Amino acid sequence: MSKPLKIKLHVNGVARELVIEPRVTLLDALREHLNLTGSKKGCDQGQCGACTVHVDGERVLACLTLAAQVEGREITTVEGLTPDGAELHPVQAAFLKHDAFQCGYCTPGQIMSAVACIREGHASSDAEIREYMSGNLCRCGAYPHIVAAVREAREALS
Amino acid sequence: MPAKVKRIATDTVGLALAHDSAELHVQGKAVYIDDMREPEGTLHVAPGYAALGAKGRITVCDLSAVRAFPGVVAVLTAGDIPGINDCSPAMGDDPILADGEILFHGQVVFAVIAETRDAARRAARLAKIEIAGELAAITVEDALEQGTEDVLPPYEFRRGDPGKLIAASKSTISDSFHVGGQEHFYLEGQVALAVPEEAGGMLVYSSTQHPTEMQHCVAKMLKVADAFVTCECRRMGGGFGGKESQAAQWAALAALGARITGRPVKCRLDRDDDMIMTGKRHDLRIDYRAAHDRTGRLTAVDAALLARCGYSADLSLGVNDRAMFHADNAYYYPAVRIKSRRLRTNTVSNTAFRGFGGPQGMMLAERMMDQIAHRLELDPLDVRKRNFYAPGRDRTPYGMKVVDNIIHDVVAELEKTSDYRARREAVRAFNAKNQVLKKGLALTPVKFGISFTLIHLNQAGALVHLYTDGSVHLNHGGTEMGQGLYIKVAQVVAEEFGIDPERVKITATTTGKVPNTSPTAASSGSDLNGMAAQEAAARIKARLVDFAAREWKVKPAQIRFAKGRVIIGNQSVTLAELARRAHQARIQLSSTGFYATPGITWDRDKVKGKPFFYFAYGASCSEVTIDTLTGEMRVDRVDILHDVGRSLNPAIDLGQIEGGFVQGMGWLTTEELVFDTQGRLSTHAPSTYKIPCASDVPEDFRVKLFASAGNPASTIYRSKAVGEPPLMLALSVFSAITDAIASLKPGCMPPLEAPATPEAIMKAVKAMSP
Ligand code: FES
Ligand code: FES
Repeated sequence: MSKPLKIKLHVNGVARELVIEPRVTLLDALREHLNLTGSKKGCDQGQCGACTVHVDGERVLACLTLAAQVEGREITTVEGLTPDGAELHPVQAAFLKHDAFQCGYCTPGQIMSAVACIREGHASSDAEIREYMSGNLCRCGAYPHIVAAVREAREALS
Repeated sequence: MPAKVKRIATDTVGLALAHDSAELHVQGKAVYIDDMREPEGTLHVAPGYAALGAKGRITVCDLSAVRAFPGVVAVLTAGDIPGINDCSPAMGDDPILADGEILFHGQVVFAVIAETRDAARRAARLAKIEIAGELAAITVEDALEQGTEDVLPPYEFRRGDPGKLIAASKSTISDSFHVGGQEHFYLEGQVALAVPEEAGGMLVYSSTQHPTEMQHCVAKMLKVADAFVTCECRRMGGGFGGKESQAAQWAALAALGARITGRPVKCRLDRDDDMIMTGKRHDLRIDYRAAHDRTGRLTAVDAALLARCGYSADLSLGVNDRAMFHADNAYYYPAVRIKSRRLRTNTVSNTAFRGFGGPQGMMLAERMMDQIAHRLELDPLDVRKRNFYAPGRDRTPYGMKVVDNIIHDVVAELEKTSDYRARREAVRAFNAKNQVLKKGLALTPVKFGISFTLIHLNQAGALVHLYTDGSVHLNHGGTEMGQGLYIKVAQVVAEEFGIDPERVKITATTTGKVPNTSPTAASSGSDLNGMAAQEAAARIKARLVDFAAREWKVKPAQIRFAKGRVIIGNQSVTLAELARRAHQARIQLSSTGFYATPGITWDRDKVKGKPFFYFAYGASCSEVTIDTLTGEMRVDRVDILHDVGRSLNPAIDLGQIEGGFVQGMGWLTTEELVFDTQGRLSTHAPSTYKIPCASDVPEDFRVKLFASAGNPASTIYRSKAVGEPPLMLALSVFSAITDAIASLKPGCMPPLEAPATPEAIMKAVKAMSP
C-alpha cells in the first residue's frame, strides 16, 4: 500500500483537507471521507453516470477520477446546487415537477449531467438532450420525464 | 362486459402527487443504505469465488494469503456458520458459503471481513481455489442432453386432446425458439449493513423487497429466534424482483461477519460481482405445435416451456408456473397443453424479474399470432383480435373463467388513436420503395393476472398511529423501490382521516413493526398494503367517531373527516383537537390493519381454482425500422393504452407504464446475457451488457391511461396493480421487428430469437433472403 497523501479539495465552495491514499477516487473521497453521499456509486467503472459531478464546471465521472488529480480545482456535487437554505436549482425544480425519477438512485447524476449539458449548449432539442444525456443510465426508465425536465430547465435558464 | 362500478368521490386518492421522497431525490438527500453514516468500527465484507470451474468438488482452498493481507480481520467459510448454511427462499438448496463443492461459476466460497472495502476486495483475489471440474450443463440444450435432474418436477395444464387435433389438422404451425434472460441492473447494487445488538440481537439494514425473508434467513443462519433479528429497509435504488430472494446472501454474510467480529459489518457488492453472483430472469426455449382454421383462429396448442433455472430451485416454481399462466396472454386456446420443465444448469440460479415468468410465457402467444399471420399473409392485428377471449370462449388453460375482459375495448381504442390501419398502409408503401431499410408495425395486447399464485402470500399488515397533534405515523409491510408504493398508501391513509398527505409520516419498512410480511412483488404492493393501511386508519377513525358521537351527542352518521377537520353535526373541530380529547378520555389512537385477498383459490395439484383476483389489461403499438445490411434497429414510435382501473396516483402509474415498457424493450432488444462454454458470464458489466439509455427510448412515445370506470374487483378504490403488466407491452416491439423482417419474404415467418440484437436480426434476415 502506498503512503497516505494530504490533499486539499475545494468542494462546493469550501476548502476541505483530507488524508487519503493516492489511489482513492474522487467518488470515494466525497462519499467516504467528506460524507457527501449525494453522488451515487452505480457501477464504479465509468459506465452509468450516477457519480457525475462538476470539476471546474465540466461534468466528470467521479468514479474514474482520482481525488488527487483534482486538487485545487473547483468541485461541485449535487449538494452544492442548493447551499444551505437556498432554493432548488432550476434543473432540480424541473426534475421535481416532471417526476423525472422513480427510485431516485440515478437522479443526482442525471441532474449534475443536465446542468452541464444545458451549460454546454447541448440541450437545444429533444434529440440533442437524448444524445447528450445518454451517458446517464436510468434503470427505472424515467427517460421521457428526464428529457422533459431538461427541456424545461433549459428554457428557464435561457 | 364487466359490471359497472360505483364511483367514490375522493380528495387525495387519485391525485398525481409526486413520489414521497421527490424533494430528497433531487437534492441527493434521500438516504440509501450505502449512504447511512457507518457506525464507528464498521467492517466490510467481500465475497470470494473460484476463478475457474462451474461444477465440481473443491480440492484446494488455500486462504492463507487472504488472511495475511493487511487490514483483514476475519475470513469466513461454511464451517463458521453457527446455524443453517442456506439462503434459499424455500427449498434449502442455496448455500450461503459453498460447502465442499461448487455448482456454478461465481458461487461464493468464502467471505473476507476487513477494515476497508478496498482491503476486503483485494484480499479476496488472493485465494487459491481449485475445483475438480465435472461436466457442467450451461444451456437448456446441455441440460436436456445430459439428462440432469430438473430442479423441480415438470408441470402441465391440459384441456382436450391438442395432439390429436393438431395431427388431424391441415393448417398447423410449429417452431422452437429462445427467449433470453435479463439482468436486473438495479442502479443501487446489493447492499446490507448488520449491526450487532445486545443479548444476541441483530439489526440488519438490507436493500430488499422481502425484509421478512431476510429476517428468517439471518435468524436460522445465526441459530437465534426470529424475534432476535430485525430487518429494515427505507428504500431501494431499484429492485425489479432482483432483491427478493437475491438479497438474502448479502444480508446473511454481513450478519455472520457482525456476529463473529462483534462489530457492524457492511456488505456492498461490486457491480461485476453483483452481475456474476445474483440470479436473473429465466431464459427459455419454447417448443410448440398448433393448429388453426382458415381465418387464423387457433383450434389447438401444444407447447413446452423449457426453462434454464440454474443450479437450484430459488423461485423457479412460481416463475415457471406464471410463465404457464400467461402462455395464453389474451387468447383463447380451445384444446391446449402447456408443459413446463424446470431444467437444472450449472449457472447462477435464475429468479424473480418483473413479470415473474409472465413475459416469457406471453412470447409464445405472440409468436403464434405472428406466425399464423405471416404464413397466411393476414394482418397480425386481425389474427390477434380473432383469437381474443370472448363470451363462450372464456376459459383459460388452467380453467379460470375470464370475467373482466376489456381487451376488445382497449385494443379497439388504441387501433384508432394509433392510426394503425393508415400506418399499416404507409409501412407497406415504405417497404415497397426501400431495399435496405424495412419498417414493421405491430399492435399487441397484454392481459396479466394479479395475485400471488402461492395463495398464502396474498396478505398484508399495516400499523398506523394518530398523534395528539393530528399527525399520523404510517408503517406497512410493503417496500419502496421507486414504484411509488409509499406515496400511494399514504394517500389512502390521508383520505381516510381527511388530512393533507404531508401530515402522514411515512416510515421505513421493518419486521419490528409489521411482522410476517410477504415480499413486495407480483405487482401486489398497493393492492395489499393499501387495504391493510386503510383498515388500520378506519379502526382508529371508528373509535373517534364513537367517542365524538357520545361527547357531542350526535349520530355517528353526522360525523365526517375532511380537510384536516372533523365535522360533528353542525360543529367542527380540528383532527388534533379531537385526538387530544379522545386521548384524555383514554381511547387508543393506534391500530394495526390486516388484509387478505378474498375469493382466490388455487389447487396446484388438481390444476383447479381461480388463482387471480382480477386481470390488468393494456395494449401497445410499435413501429420500427431495421437496416437489413447491418441488423440495426430503431423504434420510431410507440403508442400505449393501459388499464390501471381507477388510478390511485396517475403520475406514478404513468411512470410505471413508461418505465416498464422501456425495461421490457431492453429485454427484447439490447440486453443479452452471454455465458461462455466454461459457464462464465461474459457480460458482467454495463460495458458489455446494454440496458436502454435516453437515446434508445422512442422519440415519439405516447402513453395514455385507459379511461376505466374502475376495477370490477373490489380493490383499494377500484385501482389496478401496475408494477409488472406494462413490461409486457414491449412485446409489440419484438413483433414489429418480426413484421419488418417478414416483409422480405411474404408467406414466411422470420426465425427471430429474443433478444433481437443486431446479430439476431441479421440471422433472421439472412434466413429470409431468397
Ligand atoms: S459509478 Fe461512476 S459511472 Fe457508474
Ligand atoms: S430513477 Fe431509478 S435508476 Fe433512475
